[in-house]
Amino acid sequence: MACRTCLWLLGTTFFTCTVRLVVEGTEVGATQESHPEPGVVGSNHSQAGGGHGSSISGIQIVTFKWHHVEAPYLIALWILVAGVSKMVVELNHSLTSVIPESALLIIIGWILGGIIYGADKMQTFTLTPTVFFFYLLPQVILDAGYFMPNKLFFSNMGAILVYAVIGTCWNAATVGLGLWGCWLGGAMGDIDIGLLQFLLFGSLIAAVDPVAVIAVFEEVHVNEVLFIMVFGESLLNDGVTVVLFNVFDAFVSLGGAEIDAVEIIKGIISFFVVAFGGSLVGIIFALLISLLTRCTKNIQIIEPGFIFILGYLSYLTAEMLSLSAILSIVFCGICCQKYINANMDERSVTTVRYVMKVLANGSETIIFVFLGISAIDPAVWVWNTGFILLTLLFIFVFRFIGVFLLTWILNKYRLVPLEFIDQVVMSYGGLRGAVAYGLVAMLDENKFKEKNLMVSTTLIVVYFTVMLQGITMKPLVTWLKVKRAAVTELTLAEKIQNRTFDHMLVAIEDISGQIGHNYMRDKWHNFEERWLCWFLMKPSARKSRDYIFNIFHQLNLKDAMSYVKEGERRGSLAFVRNETKADVDFNKKFRASFSEIMPDIMADNMGPDHVPLSSILQDIVPSVCLDMHEQDLTMRESEDFNAHHLLQQHLYRGRKQHRHRYSRSHLETNRDENEVQEIFQRTMRSRLESFKSAKMGVAPAKKIQTKHQKKDKPQKMPNGNSSDKSKNHPYGDKDFEFSEGDGGSGGEAAGDLFPMRAYRVEAGIVNPAFMAEMDPMDNMQQIPHVALLPQTLNSFDT
Amino acid sequence: MGSTNSTLSKIPNVEELMQETGFTPAHIVRLYDRFEALDKEKTGHLRPQDFGAINRLAMNPIGDRIIGAFFSPGQETVDFHSFVRILAHFRPADKKRPKDPSMPEPVNSRTSKLKFAFQLYDQDKDGKISRAELLQVLRSMLEMQVTEEQLESIADRTIQEADLDKDDAISFEEFRKSLEKVNIDHKMSIRFLR
Repeated sequence: MACRTCLWLLGTTFFTCTVRLVVEGTEVGATQESHPEPGVVGSNHSQAGGGHGSSISGIQIVTFKWHHVEAPYLIALWILVAGVSKMVVELNHSLTSVIPESALLIIIGWILGGIIYGADKMQTFTLTPTVFFFYLLPQVILDAGYFMPNKLFFSNMGAILVYAVIGTCWNAATVGLGLWGCWLGGAMGDIDIGLLQFLLFGSLIAAVDPVAVIAVFEEVHVNEVLFIMVFGESLLNDGVTVVLFNVFDAFVSLGGAEIDAVEIIKGIISFFVVAFGGSLVGIIFALLISLLTRCTKNIQIIEPGFIFILGYLSYLTAEMLSLSAILSIVFCGICCQKYINANMDERSVTTVRYVMKVLANGSETIIFVFLGISAIDPAVWVWNTGFILLTLLFIFVFRFIGVFLLTWILNKYRLVPLEFIDQVVMSYGGLRGAVAYGLVAMLDENKFKEKNLMVSTTLIVVYFTVMLQGITMKPLVTWLKVKRAAVTELTLAEKIQNRTFDHMLVAIEDISGQIGHNYMRDKWHNFEERWLCWFLMKPSARKSRDYIFNIFHQLNLKDAMSYVKEGERRGSLAFVRNETKADVDFNKKFRASFSEIMPDIMADNMGPDHVPLSSILQDIVPSVCLDMHEQDLTMRESEDFNAHHLLQQHLYRGRKQHRHRYSRSHLETNRDENEVQEIFQRTMRSRLESFKSAKMGVAPAKKIQTKHQKKDKPQKMPNGNSSDKSKNHPYGDKDFEFSEGDGGSGGEAAGDLFPMRAYRVEAGIVNPAFMAEMDPMDNMQQIPHVALLPQTLNSFDT
Repeated sequence: MGSTNSTLSKIPNVEELMQETGFTPAHIVRLYDRFEALDKEKTGHLRPQDFGAINRLAMNPIGDRIIGAFFSPGQETVDFHSFVRILAHFRPADKKRPKDPSMPEPVNSRTSKLKFAFQLYDQDKDGKISRAELLQVLRSMLEMQVTEEQLESIADRTIQEADLDKDDAISFEEFRKSLEKVNIDHKMSIRFLR
């Protein structure tokens, strides 16, 4: 299998080269065979001779029209070659776990480059800046923006900006000045270069590259904060890089003499303009996309296309206005995620996600392969030991110094300080990549006499960081972690207790409002709820968010109550583990009683738009009932019992361990969501159970006053809770943060409706005889437990 | 958010509270703001449902137990002092505190933290974690796939490992001993916002 694909890969490349050669050969009139041809090409050769260049002597039945299709053919062929290379690379998983995929792709690029060079005696295919910046980079960045975990990103925004702006400036300055100093000292011999050119070179080599970072961090699982730091930095530093590059380029053109304070100030101003302007362009396009998807109900089939086109346009528009294109497309992706996911049909959302991944992954593959190919070109190679080695040294050392310095300053202000190991990983993870190469290839040879030297150095830097640092990153992380963690095997008690501690900490954090309670964030949420969602989301999407959150919750309550009733009726809750009968009964029963709840809910939620709730609810009903039973309750009596193994497998992971993993190649799975859902339902069930037992205990008496006596044990709170909004949302698996962002929806407005609504919900569930006796409103106060239920429907996120 | 001093003056016995818990004025103010945010009806006390309104606690397997820990036995409400006192358990331990046997154990010492954790298990407050209590906790922390038999086996094994005096229950001393290698301070501390 491996042999076949390799052969096929080689064959395709041969084919490409030979075809070109052959065509050129026939044009010129002489055929040049500089390498042995596989048999398949031979037949074409004879046809080529017949088709081109000769005057028409009769009708040609079949002609070989190479030039007709040359350009698209080559493009398609190269995409195919890149895809096949990726396939070859992924054949062996043990190899990819040691060497990151990007490094292997570069190696394949070298091989291919070698073949082509051998065939053509020149490098016909290289990574040109135009192709790279216009056709390969945008989709990678759009993918990054669209799948960005927003909450994490924005809560660490301060630190990310510090690293991106100050860190990059620091890197650029130190590398540039360092090299200049060494040049003055004579370490590089005699090259035609100046301070400004060094600074320019420094600025383009300083930037951490998003493509490379993702490619390497994909295999190394680091904690989410660390990941977002490096990743965010790599995305945002484009603002700085663009400015520095343009400024120094302009300075070089002006010549050293023209630079005065005015120019420098203009440079600084241009940074702000470029950065904020770029982001603004992105945000405007995000608004456009959201508005557009609001109206595309009738053309759902091409909805996904709009996202890509508008994303691309945002990139090009920023480029046109000489603003930061990367920032533009990143912010476009970041800002529109939420609204387009809400507005578009579920299938369109899925399409967008998958296509985005395909494009991004494909581009990344092509980029790395071509980075490899571009190297095999003696024309660009200029070797200057001093320059190259010093560059490598400086970027490495100054990156470490910069990160540690900035982290030391930041840690004074951060909630959760960045630890030493994190800092090491962050410094080590400062990978340079194709962006640097693209920038350096754009330099004008006439202004920069040493362009080739710079290109060579950049390539070497890229290879060094991507390959060496990429390969050693994982062992480094493992080694550092192992050094810190205890090596002894934990006892059962310790394992359980550790997990308990995790959950405990998360709970205390929630209670003390460490994370959720933030003035600015609250204000933003309120603003967003009131204005943005109204403006940017389809009315039905808005409604369904509100309704679904409340109604799902009510249904869940009802569901849980019936469930508990069922269990009590059967004598014990052990039947929870018996999936067979309960399943079927429950579903049927649920659907039948579905209509009971409907009128109550409809009555309460009168809004300007009457959305057919039933349609929305039909979607969630299945997931509401089924999920409670879908646990796979296989009996494992036959397996050997192993407590440690069980704990390992089945202890609930705490929220801290839920990873917001941005991955180029995997779309998020639902595992974490299922777990949280399960926990939520169990909590709700247990609360309702105690609530219910309280009420059941009183029901026979049929007297309201007796309810006061019920003092439930404090830990079994008889109050339900507001729903976890992101689960069972019709729009598929959502980012965890979705729920946290929507705290205020519906809560405030419907506050006074709650008691009524709760009441009616109960009516469907609890002993109707009860209801007749209760005088709704004034007994609310007397009956603490009933009053509790309103709280359940309060969807505040406190 | 209110200036520190004006908010502090609203809280009764605030110096005593700070002394006892070791929180700085800024912390106290922060916690007071949080307390007020939770106390929607402005009664000055928190009831179970106020805690219940925090969404994310419902997604925590031991969320309800933690809520329960805030309420002293027999009490239905939590006032600000109790609120802060419980949260004080989670302050990082003061490294430089001199060992003064005459002073009461600070709230955030290792022993106090362990006691808090112990009480989460020991719901009936008899000073021992019985098998049933351990089962309850395990059940809430393990996925639903785990069968009752497996749960019981885990509980049995755990008690076996930790129970030194063979009374089929874990006392506080045994609990403490089983966790002597664990860095409790690290595991049970959060950095409170300024």
